Amino acid sequence: MNAVGFLNYWFVVVLMMIGFYILIAQGNLVKKIIGLNIFQTSVFILYISMGKIEGATAPILNSNWSVYSNPLPHVLILTAIVVGVATSALGLSLVVRIHEAYGSVEEDQINEMDRSV
Amino acid sequence: MLAVAALLVVRLKNLFTVAMVTGIYSLLSAAFFTLLDAVDVAFTEAAVGAGVSTVLMLGTLSLVGHQQKEHKTVQLVPLVIVTITGLLLMYGILDIPPFGESDNPIHHHETTVHYLEESGHETGMPNVVTSILASYRGYDTMGETTVIFTAMVGVLLLMSGRKGKGSDCGEGDRNGR
Repeated sequence: MNAVGFLNYWFVVVLMMIGFYILIAQGNLVKKIIGLNIFQTSVFILYISMGKIEGATAPILNSNWSVYSNPLPHVLILTAIVVGVATSALGLSLVVRIHEAYGSVEEDQINEMDRSV
Repeated sequence: MLAVAALLVVRLKNLFTVAMVTGIYSLLSAAFFTLLDAVDVAFTEAAVGAGVSTVLMLGTLSLVGHQQKEHKTVQLVPLVIVTITGLLLMYGILDIPPFGESDNPIHHHETTVHYLEESGHETGMPNVVTSILASYRGYDTMGETTVIFTAMVGVLLLMSGRKGKGSDCGEGDRNGR
């Protein structure tokens, strides 16, 4: 078993866990969405890493090259990036609405207000 | 580098700074995608992740304020959960074929081979990613457009209910796409 072969994936896990930590530990709603973005990007890197071949080139057909990296993960991730921005836009607009209703975007303050009602 | 940017996001309390660091993080990941031969993904990430997301983030921050409340710096329970999940994932990753080997199963599935060998004369486009996105997986792209449309409708509905000033970040959301 060769550890170098897995370094890239382990690095992805580290990024993923940083995003996850922000998501569950930080009370600020905007920060939570940023954490979600970091998580997302780590999944993108996971997919793109799988498509990589050592010594290959980008999948644009050219007579000088014969080995290309796998184009299918690239396509899936292109879709995912755009969908990710759509969801974070929706999330941020929800945050704006919550701020309007409660006057705060801190989770604990919002829970406090909910309990006192 | 990416991890440093991500950790900065955890530590910083001023959300404007955090938004800028997130932009840098996106740009760094775009550079990383280029290294991994995914040029199309890289420029989408640079334009959409580093550009549009940052604008959306700044628009939101201008409405909700940019100072995060101080709280305990390290929370133990989430940290433990995250560590356990991370270790389990790292263990699971040992089953993935090693990075960058050309004999990994993903590179020998018949769809991949077909895309690389036939898409050139079937669609007439040299860029394989474009031909898959627009032709072979065209329905995927249509579904993606539906998602964006739904999100846009959601954002507009949420924003139109707002009382108050006319210039809001709903405007930015619409122009973003």
